[in-house]
Amino acid sequence: MAAASESYPDDLLYHPEHDWARIDGDEAVMGVTWFAQDALGELVHYEAPDVGATVSKDSSYGEVESVKAVSDLISPLSGEVLEVNAKVVDAPETVNEDPYGDGWLIRIRLTSPEEREQLLDVAGYKQVLESA
Amino acid sequence: MVPFAGWEMPVQYEGVIQEHKVVRTDAGVFDVSHMGEIEVEGPTARDLLQSLLSNDVDKLEPGDAQYTLLTNEQGGIIDDLILYRLDEHRFLIVANASNSDAVLRWLKEHELRGSDVRDVSDDYALLAVQGPNALRKLGLEHGKAFTWTMGEVDGVEVMINRTGYTGEEGVELACMADDADRLWDAILARGITPCGLGARDTLRLEVCYPLHGNDIGPQRDAISSGLSWACALDTEFTGVETLRAVKERGPEQKLVPFRMTEKAIPRQGMPIEGGGEVTSGTQSPMLDVGIGMGYVPAASAKVGTELVIDVRGKPRRAEVAKKPLYKKEH
Repeated sequence: MAAASESYPDDLLYHPEHDWARIDGDEAVMGVTWFAQDALGELVHYEAPDVGATVSKDSSYGEVESVKAVSDLISPLSGEVLEVNAKVVDAPETVNEDPYGDGWLIRIRLTSPEEREQLLDVAGYKQVLESA
Repeated sequence: MVPFAGWEMPVQYEGVIQEHKVVRTDAGVFDVSHMGEIEVEGPTARDLLQSLLSNDVDKLEPGDAQYTLLTNEQGGIIDDLILYRLDEHRFLIVANASNSDAVLRWLKEHELRGSDVRDVSDDYALLAVQGPNALRKLGLEHGKAFTWTMGEVDGVEVMINRTGYTGEEGVELACMADDADRLWDAILARGITPCGLGARDTLRLEVCYPLHGNDIGPQRDAISSGLSWACALDTEFTGVETLRAVKERGPEQKLVPFRMTEKAIPRQGMPIEGGGEVTSGTQSPMLDVGIGMGYVPAASAKVGTELVIDVRGKPRRAEVAKKPLYKKEH
């Protein structure tokens, strides 16, 4: 496995539970941060939500598992699931290799776009990491 | 590093899966110095051990080793052990770190006149070198499993034990604690990869070796735990009457290995439908499916029986599998 090196892109919004969102119009793509995948180790299972399911900000929409640990996926935003990343379902280690690119987890249609105001920018998220 | 039974232990060096595969294909080394070592010596040492341990001590000549159980009055397992016969009247026990004090206390309470029980855990370090290339890389000859000899590795005097917990060929090297750093460095210099507790757990689970505290313990009798092969029921030891009775009528529940037939990873404590529980579970790095062991009603213990496991509220199918779950293709 070619693990990614630590990075936090500045075009993303962050949730303190180590999740990110990339907003594009009324849709958003979401995933977990470099810190989250590094803490878990190589992922071996992605328990994804169903397409059409509703996800709520700050609630779990699925799980990822490494050999030793299970972690809830906390949604940074509310919406309806439009797409699940099938590549990660088949090869969960994709998240370790490319957490912000090929390792995205779900794409949603936003139901409360104003929630973005509550998310952190990269500077705010780095403060979370430093105080952890 | 994580605290484990009073020790700071590495769960992984580079990654559990990577370390796991190194042991299956090459050679890895585990520092298992946290395990307890107890010496039992004296003209009645054999009698003491025969009366307390489940396996038949008389099958051991000096130079032999044996997997055995320290059982309680109910036939439950206080600890599972490796017993080495050092000479006619001297034995070495290697116990699990978490149980070492309990084993020592039990042996001391039952000590006979003419047998001396000593904790020598602090005197020894124990390094397990495992994998198909382990012996070649150490410059050692192949040897019979469950035997030991004295030898040396790069000038360090070691007790070479043909034992392990991975299902691969290998040795467990015991040396004096003061020599541990030197031995560790020598092993790494021979191109053997350091491995942590995480890989140790996934390796043992793929070959269905039970872990005390997960799969076996004082509350479960040794027969239900699938360890009747380590119980010499024709000898007299603590709890043997109970074990004979369980053997006679058949256990109500049995420990079985299983493989997930749906995508999910079983974990310790998950309920199995119909009355049962997962005692160990992980994703198998070699098979790339969820695997585990657990207790099920005896009627559901046959290979191929479908099990339904409650994975955090979601029913996921598995099937009872043959031991070992992973076997090398030749």
